Amino acid sequence: MAGIVSITLQNNDEARPVIESILHDNPSANANYMPGAVKIDCPERLVVKAESVSARIGRDWDPQEIHLTIVSMGGSLDEDDEELVLSWGA
Amino acid sequence: MTPPRKKKLNLKKRYELMTRGLDWETSYQKMDDVFPYDTFEGIKITDWSKWEDPFRLTMDAYWKYQGEKERKLYAVLDSFAQNNGQLGISDARYVNAIKLFLTGVTPLEYQAHRHFAHLGRHIRGVGPRVAAQMQSLDELRHAQTQIHTISHYNKYFDGFAEFPHMHDRVWYLSVPKSFFDDACSAGPFEFFTAISFAFEYVLTNLLFVPFMSGAAYNGDLATVTFGFSAQSDEARHMTLGIEVIKFMLEQHPDNLPIVQQWVDKWFWRGHKMLGLVAMMMDYMLPKRIMSWKEAWEIYFTEAGGALFEDLSRYGLRVPKYADIATDEAEHISHQNWSIFYQYTQAAGFHTWLPSDEEMAWLSEKYPNTFDKYYRPRFEMWREMEARGERFYNNALPQLCQTCQIPMGYTEPGDPTRIGFRSTEYAGERYHFCSDGCKDIFENEPEKFSQAWLPVHQIFQGNCGGAELSDVLEWYHMKNGTDNMDYTGSPDQKQWDAWQSVRKRVAG
Repeated sequence: MAGIVSITLQNNDEARPVIESILHDNPSANANYMPGAVKIDCPERLVVKAESVSARIGRDWDPQEIHLTIVSMGGSLDEDDEELVLSWGA
Repeated sequence: MTPPRKKKLNLKKRYELMTRGLDWETSYQKMDDVFPYDTFEGIKITDWSKWEDPFRLTMDAYWKYQGEKERKLYAVLDSFAQNNGQLGISDARYVNAIKLFLTGVTPLEYQAHRHFAHLGRHIRGVGPRVAAQMQSLDELRHAQTQIHTISHYNKYFDGFAEFPHMHDRVWYLSVPKSFFDDACSAGPFEFFTAISFAFEYVLTNLLFVPFMSGAAYNGDLATVTFGFSAQSDEARHMTLGIEVIKFMLEQHPDNLPIVQQWVDKWFWRGHKMLGLVAMMMDYMLPKRIMSWKEAWEIYFTEAGGALFEDLSRYGLRVPKYADIATDEAEHISHQNWSIFYQYTQAAGFHTWLPSDEEMAWLSEKYPNTFDKYYRPRFEMWREMEARGERFYNNALPQLCQTCQIPMGYTEPGDPTRIGFRSTEYAGERYHFCSDGCKDIFENEPEKFSQAWLPVHQIFQGNCGGAELSDVLEWYHMKNGTDNMDYTGSPDQKQWDAWQSVRKRVAG
């Protein structure tokens, strides 16, 4: 199980386009739904792309908006204007 | 068509200007005099500028997002109150989990607020200093939102009214309180390791994620809302935790043994404290999400495994006794609920025996241990209740000098024998529940020999008197209202009355 990175988001209207984008942009990602939240696991690396989320919501999405819906995470994070990346070994 | 993303000042640049750009080297006073606390623990930092917050959150963005979180949260809390949300929970028994959570955790949020404010002043590096300032505000917000939730539940249920008073006095609340007192009386790097790393990064998922999901499942909108709102800050706190560990290990090789000892200590202390959450998840939620053991597998074995594998490149190893803690995940919830059942007369929430259906769930989730070791005990207690001989333990328990939990835990590998350790220090003998707790004492005997142990204090006459009723009064617990079994409690009468009205209206 080593090397899994993970992000948990609230399962609400605001987070849904983010969840969709993650699952689209990370083909190996796996979503585990629980009441109120969803935990997305991915081997090695997981990316949240601002472009993908923006395309889904029809407006500019700032990666810092993740602060409104994130519940938890596993891995080392790196964030800039375009994306938010979780990985190990960074 | 999606409009092209707007260009603005680059995040990295903005972070640099808004944190490092606002800091300066003092010249009228020596930096060591201005920041007197960040060297005595022996952690060597050669270059503070190597620190970077991976979220690169600046104060202006912080206010913006926190303001939005607060608006949403209070809209829900207000609506919960306006619409009598307490009527929609799965069962009034559920509220007892919230009583334990809120009386145990809310004062810790406030302690965290105070101590992060201290670090937000006293850490020499501007990056972690700003992160600590933000976290201090977060923790105050968490304390406030939880108190708002308490204030609503307190109108309808017993056990909430005296939460700050109880936190300083009640025997089981001394477990979380002593955990935090220990961290706040340590140096800044140990506090970061204790709270930001061991607690927030390694263990807090076990507290907040399955439990808040449990609240969602049990119709507790108020708790879900403050829980997830708090947890959205938690992701930032987790990055502070992991960054501080990596930073210490990268800065100087001499830091490794110090950090390792802290990681060992705080993992073990956290594991013992979260045993209370284990019991809440396995015994107190009417509708359950996952067992404690399953949560432990996901959040410690799997997530912690990946984390410690990553940190092994610095020479850091998995916390000492992690294997024993994993073994105890099969037992800890059953043993803790047994302790509270026996001492229901001195608990600020209600207890009960698991129903047949709940025992079947426990058998399924704990195939190695429940039927063999714990079902027979609960069935015996149930028979005793049926005979009108409900079992109360009237002897005061011996407490572990380190974790302060009654010594009800069993030996690793032998669940039929109570674990027991002791050591001598300055002519006195001290007692422990486990090797982990004994090691912690032996590393810092001057500190832990001064622990305020609730049972010792009762025997010394410092807790209102020698009778249970005296102690309850001193705790501000109402005998026959706040304590004892759920069955027959005023909470139950109130709930049943609400339910009967609902049935009558439904026809």
